[in-house]
Amino acid sequence: MTALSDVSSHAVASARWRISEVAFWVLALACAFLFPSRYLIMTDIVRLGLFALSLDLILGYAGIVSLGHAAFFGVGAYSAGLLALHGVINEPVIALIAAGLVAAVLGFLTSFLVIRGVDLTRLMVTLGIALLLEALAERFSDITGGTDGLQGIEMQPILGLFAFDMFGKTGLFYSLIVLFILFLLARRIVHSPFGLSLRAIRNNPLRAAAIGIPVNRRLIAVYTLAAFYAGIAGALFTQTTALASLDVFAFERSADLMLLLVIGGTGYLYGGLIGAVVFKMLQELFQSITPQYWLFWIGLVLVVMVMVGRARIHRWVLFVPNLIIRQFAGRKAVVAIPERDAS
Amino acid sequence: MASVLTNLFDGVAYGMLLFVLACGLAVTLGLMNFINLAHGAFAMAGGYVCAVLVNNSGWPFFAALPLAFVASAAIGVVLERTLYRHLYVRSHLDQVLFSIGLVFMSVAAVDYMMGSSRVFIKLPAALEGQIDLFGVGIGRYRLMIIVICGLLTVALQLILAKTRFGSRLRAAVDDPRAAIGLGINVPQVFAFTFAFGCGLAGLGGALSAEILGLDPYFPLKFMIYFLIVVTVGGSSSITGPFLASLLLGIADVAGKYYVPKMGPFVIYTVMIVILIWRPNGLFGRTAAR
Repeated sequence: MTALSDVSSHAVASARWRISEVAFWVLALACAFLFPSRYLIMTDIVRLGLFALSLDLILGYAGIVSLGHAAFFGVGAYSAGLLALHGVINEPVIALIAAGLVAAVLGFLTSFLVIRGVDLTRLMVTLGIALLLEALAERFSDITGGTDGLQGIEMQPILGLFAFDMFGKTGLFYSLIVLFILFLLARRIVHSPFGLSLRAIRNNPLRAAAIGIPVNRRLIAVYTLAAFYAGIAGALFTQTTALASLDVFAFERSADLMLLLVIGGTGYLYGGLIGAVVFKMLQELFQSITPQYWLFWIGLVLVVMVMVGRARIHRWVLFVPNLIIRQFAGRKAVVAIPERDAS
Repeated sequence: MASVLTNLFDGVAYGMLLFVLACGLAVTLGLMNFINLAHGAFAMAGGYVCAVLVNNSGWPFFAALPLAFVASAAIGVVLERTLYRHLYVRSHLDQVLFSIGLVFMSVAAVDYMMGSSRVFIKLPAALEGQIDLFGVGIGRYRLMIIVICGLLTVALQLILAKTRFGSRLRAAVDDPRAAIGLGINVPQVFAFTFAFGCGLAGLGGALSAEILGLDPYFPLKFMIYFLIVVTVGGSSSITGPFLASLLLGIADVAGKYYVPKMGPFVIYTVMIVILIWRPNGLFGRTAAR
């Protein structure tokens, strides 16, 4: 690290916006304008990115390995769908927040189960909660529509001004704005003292507790926050596709999410967003080669990534950009990834 | 009354089957502290080997069962030596990702080779139908499962407790470093145990084709069941997972029979409650270190 001796000035320095970050968002906005025929897939990527951001908050910053993050996504999706279907809240933005809050409440309640025990227990409990919700949604099919899903959701215009169009233009810009706002919030949070204490907990819970960090309270808080984010992602899914079916709870959704976050890299917020882009492109590629067996190649990517080592792959990918930065800026690049997960 | 006993019998058979399927996982997960979500893939491999041998090559069912064991064990030992052993020291996240990747690959590969529909194994006539015992209907196939799995359980317990290999394994698990210091070839012991566990899973897969159903999504569908057996049962002995699988089997059969609408709801709730109550399993000292 640099010669910054005290923690606070270092934290402030790392919280500053970098040129590369600004470039990332300008690029994202440019894509929205440049490829008008690709609105739907771009919306999908934005949604996935937000979902992955949520997982990054608990996996990358708090070190909780979760296999059931789809639970909150599903709850958000069904909440938004039911709110719109029964005309409880017609305004999409308010419905979005309401759906996020419902997921957050569930996250808060289940967080007490998750903070207990070791990695394995956490895996089982998160997985169990997602399966439980899926079983519940199937059981109460008169409310959820069962395997057919919620039918006939009609979305009202956003803020009463912007109607959803069939090309998905409104949907994309809507999702992008939501993602950006929530990203700003997450960025603020992870660079705050609260975020720093989370990292301390991830690196060593015992030591963190010894220096006076209330470990359990912090974990509950971040888990609730992540559930809120995932609920919003799910609600966006329902609002932009006018669809909510049982597969929002599916195990594959949680597993894919973990994969894409790992592709992008954990613990620096952009990992989920970059991972979503790469994952979606990989998925498109594999599906165009073998429509039925693309799962095999996704699995292979996972196995190879783990065998080669995630940190090493990220170093390889960043080798060329770093070289360029070094040549032109004459300094050592700082785009390294602070990789260290729960062990 | 008779239906209660029949259900109990079915539940016991189901539980015993789960035990054979999952006890290999108890070793990798509980003892070696490796989160292996791909355990069901080995079971599926055994099931399909048996199905191909019996249905296509005309082997007798009982001759195909040992081969299912051998085939899965062989796949297990190859994967252990080439891939798994590098991951013992890695983080749990890596292990989870790796084994999910393996599950995805196995699902798609079996789908590609065998088709996506459910596969049935042709059973010999002697195993079909029921026998009536004091008014209680007992399925012959389930009776066979109980006999085979019961014998296996006893054999496992004896191997672990009485043989030299068993004491080596227990030593290697208790403290790998000290075991190496005593001249025990720990990697070899682990590899052998892993392969044996995979073989048992393969055998279980072959036996379960009739009861659980065998299709490419088998590893995903039953992953949670195997994990429940190990986490609820703990792993300090073979008895913990055994009792847990019996409990799970009976609860699942009874739940499906008496409250069919609640479906798998009962099982998941019970699992979560038990894990909250005793995070290290009902019978175990530690489910994971």
